[in-house]
Amino acid sequence: MLNSSLQQIGSALRARKISSVELTQLYLDRVAALNPALNAYITTNAGLSLAQAREADAQLANGKAQGLTGIPIAQKDIFCAKDWRTTCGSKMLENFIAPYDAHVIELFNKAGAVNLGKTNMDEFAMGSSNETSHFGTVKNPWNRSAVPGGSSGGAACAVAARLCAAATGTDTGGSIRQPAALCGISGIKPTYGTVSRYGMIAFASSLDQAGPMARSAEDLALLLNVMSGFDERDSTSLQRDKEDYARDLNKPLAGLRIGLPKEFFAEGLAQDVAGSVNAAIAEYQKLGATIVDISLPNSRLAVPVYYVLAPAEASSNLSRFDGVRYGYRAPEYSDLADMYEKSRAQGFGAEVKRRIMIGTYVLSHGYYDAYYLQAQKIRRLIAQDFTDAFRQCDVIMGPTSPGTAFNLGEKGDDPVQMYLSDIYTIAVNLAGLPGMSIPCGFGASDMPVGLQIIGNYFAEAQMLNVAHQYQLATDHHDRAPQNIGL
Amino acid sequence: MQWEIVIGLEVHTQLSTSSKIFSGASTTYGAEPNTQADAVSIALPGVLPVLNKGAVERAIKFGLAVGAHIAPRSVFARKNYFYPDLPKGYQISQFDLPVVGQGALTIQVEPLSGNAKPYEKVVRITRAHLEEDAGKSIHGESQGVTGVDLNRAGTPLLEIVSEPDMRSADEAVAYAKTLHSLVRWIGICDGNMQEGSFRCDVNVSVRRPGEPLGTRREIKNLNSFKFMQQAIDYEVQWQIDTLESGGKIHQATILFNPDTGETRAMRSKEDAHDYRYFPDPDLLPLDITPLMLEQVRATLPELPQAKRERYVANYALSPNDANALTASKEISDFFEGAHKSLWSQGVGTLTSPETPSAEAYAAQVCNWVTGEVSAQLKRDGLDMAQCPIIPEQLSSILKRIADGTISNSAAKDVFRTMWSEGGDTDAIIEAKGLKQVSDSGAIEKIVDEIIAANADKVAEYRSGKDKLFGFFVGLAMKASKGKANPAQLNEVLKRKLAG
Repeated sequence: MLNSSLQQIGSALRARKISSVELTQLYLDRVAALNPALNAYITTNAGLSLAQAREADAQLANGKAQGLTGIPIAQKDIFCAKDWRTTCGSKMLENFIAPYDAHVIELFNKAGAVNLGKTNMDEFAMGSSNETSHFGTVKNPWNRSAVPGGSSGGAACAVAARLCAAATGTDTGGSIRQPAALCGISGIKPTYGTVSRYGMIAFASSLDQAGPMARSAEDLALLLNVMSGFDERDSTSLQRDKEDYARDLNKPLAGLRIGLPKEFFAEGLAQDVAGSVNAAIAEYQKLGATIVDISLPNSRLAVPVYYVLAPAEASSNLSRFDGVRYGYRAPEYSDLADMYEKSRAQGFGAEVKRRIMIGTYVLSHGYYDAYYLQAQKIRRLIAQDFTDAFRQCDVIMGPTSPGTAFNLGEKGDDPVQMYLSDIYTIAVNLAGLPGMSIPCGFGASDMPVGLQIIGNYFAEAQMLNVAHQYQLATDHHDRAPQNIGL
Repeated sequence: MQWEIVIGLEVHTQLSTSSKIFSGASTTYGAEPNTQADAVSIALPGVLPVLNKGAVERAIKFGLAVGAHIAPRSVFARKNYFYPDLPKGYQISQFDLPVVGQGALTIQVEPLSGNAKPYEKVVRITRAHLEEDAGKSIHGESQGVTGVDLNRAGTPLLEIVSEPDMRSADEAVAYAKTLHSLVRWIGICDGNMQEGSFRCDVNVSVRRPGEPLGTRREIKNLNSFKFMQQAIDYEVQWQIDTLESGGKIHQATILFNPDTGETRAMRSKEDAHDYRYFPDPDLLPLDITPLMLEQVRATLPELPQAKRERYVANYALSPNDANALTASKEISDFFEGAHKSLWSQGVGTLTSPETPSAEAYAAQVCNWVTGEVSAQLKRDGLDMAQCPIIPEQLSSILKRIADGTISNSAAKDVFRTMWSEGGDTDAIIEAKGLKQVSDSGAIEKIVDEIIAANADKVAEYRSGKDKLFGFFVGLAMKASKGKANPAQLNEVLKRKLAG
């Protein structure tokens, strides 16, 4: 059951081979056994999970089950879920019990899924290694001295270690794709606006996008079918007809034009990663795809542009955490200004404070034009690069991250090195395009390598097809880490 | 040497939508603290703003009413600062791309001081933009603790900014009053100043005529016209005294204390915030289509300025009367309602039985609305919206004057009875016995008796003392208990006194 696809689990539940309560308990037991070492979850709540499982069993019993009914899904702790502690990885929200459901949570609840728990993450999703979490670092299940990636590191770890059937993540600059790559799982960040941001604690509003993380592209399609859809409570939610992301999974790939941006294979890319990615591209050629050399000339500016825009938005988005109405408040203070300063100084971690300061700076009088406005202009150029590229190719491929999982603490002292681990993913968020990562082999120390697939706007079904065909032909995605009690 | 006063206003009008500008929470005033604070008003983690279309329509309506350019695309921006009553740590406002651009408002200035005559002036409006109101901090309810009430947080505001076109406190007050009347007139704001629905910030500076603008100080949050007048008068004198004694004016935000009548600096420009405005990424740019513009235009009532001009042109009313009748939508509605009702009843004209005239009716209705009706309202402390009499009731009284049933003075009696007790005109006339005597025999009899009883006065009159005519009219009216038809009485008296 732990290695089964969502479809297979669903069938087993509907055939009453296993109940949702049994399955949920199985996962809860695994989390109890493995989480002390892996730290993938910040919060589990057996009472709430099992109550949902019992409800799912009732639906399964009277034949009202849908595809995901009774399946335990791990939710990133960035989504507000009613009655669940929702921390966003921060001391600031250590004791915050959400009084309402995010749209994503509502949709999973409506689909009958069981919320198995809230996964660990970098504080306020700011980080690429999960080391900024107030609740401790997450370990990479393939090598526990390595990072799982971030910010959705807990989710990636939980999926890889079979601590849930599937998980949700969010991706502002690569936070689904990079941990998916580093933990050897699949993840997709859909087109901006596909999944409602309502109830998802904001980091950088114009870049944040939720998506599913799972063991296969096929599972991702089922999950995206549930998560996506217009929500009038999010003004940036797209008003489009509901689509079935699984509809094209089995299309042959003959004639597919794959664009390879030369900038993604240049200096800085680890050799083992390049090797696996090139092998994957060779595999695609075997499946009938053709290769097009393309260029994304402005993508080299993506990281600096991102580290102006994302902190700018974050500095404002995080202003609501002021100790007045909810969240952390310093125990002692002399007056209002002191209360603000101490509460925020004590409630936020170093990386969050760094980004708030950067963001405050770039928005300040006299700097706005030089930084924020300039970055917005370059953002357009970056998006235009992709538009031009998609005239020549159907999908773009390359590495998800320049290296495999690095060691815990390795980049902790050097934020710029840390920021560069998202060098291939960030441009996709700036353009609002869909991007995904799938396992495509193992590197030098047998650590997973991720292949990034970037599609045109709304091309998720095609991308999932491209990923699925590869996964039919290969078995990288089926490999599981050692020592996870299988 | 003379000083010139320069004044510009920023007015915050609360728009009369039933829900908040970015959420569905109610905007009703006066609820228990925080009972109208939903997840968005509290700024819970993860919540997002959704723009209220009603607020946009009201902003457009205002823009059209002042002849302003409506931006086809405007942008919401975040104004970042920390304060307990600002739950998000930023206010959603509009910065460099407001929804309403340049417009103008014509004001009638009636100087309070000196013998200056009323005059008209056009004040340019710089812009008007949509934004959300903050909550309220409540100090002093319990020792050492400040409460926060977020009921008001997110109430839609239209901030209307004028050019520094006003040159006196009178002009500033006239502008504020005209604006106040206009926003109520077009139904975008209830104008309740006590409840903070219409709040004025006044920028004041002084200069020598012909010189560049002086440094301004901004008087914040004036919520009465009286205070505005006092605050400006005080501030102007303070600035002149400061400059004349060799001091300098520093840009500052100041508060007016109504108890002392003084202004006092709240913060100087040095502690001014850097608000770090940037476009709100949670909201799309606000696009206003030509269709939407036309739909809103169709809901716009005839504006006070147009009405004033029409009253003068069509009804030959004086500009002063036209102003009084257009002081509010309710007053002009009352006037037009009574006039229309009287006209449609087809009663013969008041001045000439031959040619019924709209002008004559208008003059009569105007006299009553600006006279009796407004006096009674004032006496009872009511405004026109609370008037106990409807226009049709007034016209039914005027109809009975027109057809000679009652005299003007009897009509006032009917009106006052109706005001306090309600009822139908004819029933009141009947019950109080106010019907005018138009029987020529009865009037002749009264006149004969008066002439007989006042032979000495009749002699004086006949010897040329014309002024005594009024004396006889008075006696005759008294004898008829006020019911004699005045026209008839005059005619009979004149004839009989002539001998």
